[in-house]
Amino acid sequence: MSIAPRKPPLQFALRLKRALGGKTGWNGLAAQIAFAAILAWIAYEIVANARTNLETQHIASGFGFLNYNAGFDVNLSLIAYNNSDTYWRVFFVGLLNTILVSVIGIVFATVIGFVVALCRLSPNWLLSRIGGIYVEIIRNLPVLFQILFWYLAVLAALPAPRQSISIFGMFFLNNRGLIVPQPVSEPGLYPFLAALAVGIVAALGLRHYARRALFQRGQMIRIWPYVLVGLVGLPLVSVLIFGGPLKFELPQLKGFNFAGGARIIPEFVALTVALSTYTAAFIAEIVRAGVMSVHKGQMEAGSSLGLSRAATLRLIVVPQAMRVIVPPLTSQYLNLTKNSSLAVAIGYPDLVSVFAGTAVSQTGQAIEIIAMTMGVYLLLSLTTSALMSVYGWRINRSMAA
Amino acid sequence: MTDLSASSFVRQDLVAERAAPAKTAGLIGFLRTRLLNSPGNILLTVLGLLLAWYIVVPTFKFLLVDAVWSGKDRTACLTEKAGHEVGACWPYIQAKLTQLIYGFYPEAQRWRVNLTYGLGAALLLPLLMPRLPAKGINSGLFFFAFPVVAFFLLHGGGIAGFGVSWTAGVLQLFEQSIGGAGDLLVNLSKSSAIAPLPWVLGKLLVLVGLLIHWLIFPLAWLRDQLQLSSLPVWGDFLVTAVIVSAVLFVLGGGVQTGRRALIGSLLSFAGIAVGIKLMGLDRGGFPIVDTRLWGGLLVTLVIAITGIVASMPIGIALALGRRSSIPLIRIFSIAFIEFWRGVPLITVLFFATYMLPLFVPGNFAVDGLLRALIGVAIFTGAYMAEVIRGGLAAVARGQAEAASALGLSWWKTTSLIVLPQALRYVIPGIVNSFISLFKDTSLVSIVALFDLLGSLRASFSDPNWSTPTTAFTGFAFAGMIYFVFCFGMSRYSLFVENRLNAHRRH
Repeated sequence: MSIAPRKPPLQFALRLKRALGGKTGWNGLAAQIAFAAILAWIAYEIVANARTNLETQHIASGFGFLNYNAGFDVNLSLIAYNNSDTYWRVFFVGLLNTILVSVIGIVFATVIGFVVALCRLSPNWLLSRIGGIYVEIIRNLPVLFQILFWYLAVLAALPAPRQSISIFGMFFLNNRGLIVPQPVSEPGLYPFLAALAVGIVAALGLRHYARRALFQRGQMIRIWPYVLVGLVGLPLVSVLIFGGPLKFELPQLKGFNFAGGARIIPEFVALTVALSTYTAAFIAEIVRAGVMSVHKGQMEAGSSLGLSRAATLRLIVVPQAMRVIVPPLTSQYLNLTKNSSLAVAIGYPDLVSVFAGTAVSQTGQAIEIIAMTMGVYLLLSLTTSALMSVYGWRINRSMAA
Repeated sequence: MTDLSASSFVRQDLVAERAAPAKTAGLIGFLRTRLLNSPGNILLTVLGLLLAWYIVVPTFKFLLVDAVWSGKDRTACLTEKAGHEVGACWPYIQAKLTQLIYGFYPEAQRWRVNLTYGLGAALLLPLLMPRLPAKGINSGLFFFAFPVVAFFLLHGGGIAGFGVSWTAGVLQLFEQSIGGAGDLLVNLSKSSAIAPLPWVLGKLLVLVGLLIHWLIFPLAWLRDQLQLSSLPVWGDFLVTAVIVSAVLFVLGGGVQTGRRALIGSLLSFAGIAVGIKLMGLDRGGFPIVDTRLWGGLLVTLVIAITGIVASMPIGIALALGRRSSIPLIRIFSIAFIEFWRGVPLITVLFFATYMLPLFVPGNFAVDGLLRALIGVAIFTGAYMAEVIRGGLAAVARGQAEAASALGLSWWKTTSLIVLPQALRYVIPGIVNSFISLFKDTSLVSIVALFDLLGSLRASFSDPNWSTPTTAFTGFAFAGMIYFVFCFGMSRYSLFVENRLNAHRRH
């Protein structure tokens, strides 16, 4: 008795089965068809209902409204805007305001976050405790709570313009916001910027040259005096020849308000302070975790090679810690940008506030406007996560090598 | 020969004691090593002390020393009346306390809210203590029974039917929708260039609708008979209980092994019957309290608890879908998760408030609170999916392989072997996302719901209590509530994490 070998399965049919239904084969295909039918049914219901509802409520649809006149004012705009501009322009005004508050918030959040992380890592018991308490209190309160606290309690408690709190006679804090000196460009501005640019390029070039010299010929070149001359000396020479680049116009109290200087609206101040202190608490934890993730043997190995403490930190600990820190840090930056949409609660004119708020209540075209707003944020997060996967891929490659 | 002993030196007295090394233990040692060990550190310590002094002392003075503790209205909290610099205005909190906890919930009905709080605590606390037994029943009660009971307690109202009526109603709606779509396609085919395709599809859909119509005919007939009887709810309940128990008995394995399923089903239905009887749902239940009257901590807790209860199944389904090998389901899950994680919660709430009512049939009025709940559930579900996916990835492959080697199906492998282990791994992650959900509930105040923060903000505009320190007092009070909840949960998450990692400690 012999057992006849089974026939090999048809390769083509197997491949088709795999492609259509995954590992589960024909069952998977059936599941997919059923799933697609359900999705199609839901989509049909949504479209049909939306169409009838829009008709009964007499709401127009389509993106034609973007070319209509908006007809409302916005109290902060980086580009020229008045109330006879179109909704397109409102969209960009809001977008730019979102970007403005996010970028400034990110800068402050990073600075505060690293300072707090240094406090928490400090061998000084008191400082590390203060850092820890800061992180615990800030992280356990809602961010909207903090925004409203700064806006409704702290900034509203500030005095009227006549009794402004003066900081060095240049900055004035009152309940109408923060008055800062306004920079006014002088004729020397362009030569100054050009000199600065030349200095930066020269410094980068020198650094590149010095590194090549070190790695290829083992030759140490001291470049910092030249870099200093390029970065400070050149602009100084330009100032001496062409005059100063900027003049600061100091705010002056005239009557009940300030003349001169630039006013930063209180909504912006409250939002920036709240967002940066809130995100800083998370950044501090990320940085602390990153630094502590580097094994202490690395530090000891560095000092046994004769490197100084600063050199060990700069060349050995920080590069390894950065690998751990960068991905979550980026997601915190993204969170800050998304949280900046809470501006709508205090009336800072960001994208959600002016576009998804005011424009929706004026036109009633909620579907288009909210879809556009969501699209902006979605694009931002997908781009960031794509960049992070590239970063992660590069890190993995360099670790494997 | 010289005398050896004469030239050798033997010391006669003891060497003086060396000074003890600097103390590194005790208070002095602590000060020396951790605070004052170098000039730089001394400077930092002084700076830290100054910082603490300028923050802690004013806060303490504001909250306790300078505070006003009793009074009828704003005049009690003014400097002229109190005679000293005024700190926190606690009478304002006393006056607004009910509003901050219940909103405008009618005073006579507030016992219902308290009862719900009590029930929730009684079910939740045992669930959180790892030592206590019966986690399965406990979590079943908390995740399934409690939300339903809480709905009827808080909202009020009764039921007109039970399983049979509801199933018949839903299926009838589905049949109408399918039939409508079919007719639409058939009509479309008259003016379309590719006429045959929509025509065939439309006719097919109409046929499916007709099929469903005939299938549910007995169900609809049964419903009509039951509605005509004297006790429609109880009759419907009895029929549903019999049908469901019989189905479970057969599915559970008939006479041989189905007894367990049968007993479980009968016990559940007995519990439901007791619940209906106690709350009088068959006779209209409690008086209805519109959700617009809800507010304060009540809304915060309702949104947080509903969010976590609803996001768990959504998260589990999406996480399994993302790991599925079936292409369409995997792609859909990835797209769904990434979409909702990529947009801010406030736009999700705007979506739920403004767009969702357009997507449902016009005769369905979606309640304002319900819209926010749907938005929060979807948003949290997407985040929960990623947490649970982490847990699924942490379960060793061998577990699932061993299960399939034993001949278990995919469903059994997942529900009996993989998921229980995965969920245990991610309890800290789930608690963390619950913390962020709890904090995020404050956002509903932007879409005109009065949660704790919204009620607080509304109370600021009361002219009876407008003093310079009202806002600070209100924020101090609400901040303490938020802090206690979130800090407590984060400590609990740490506790569970330590327990799970107990075997790794040295």
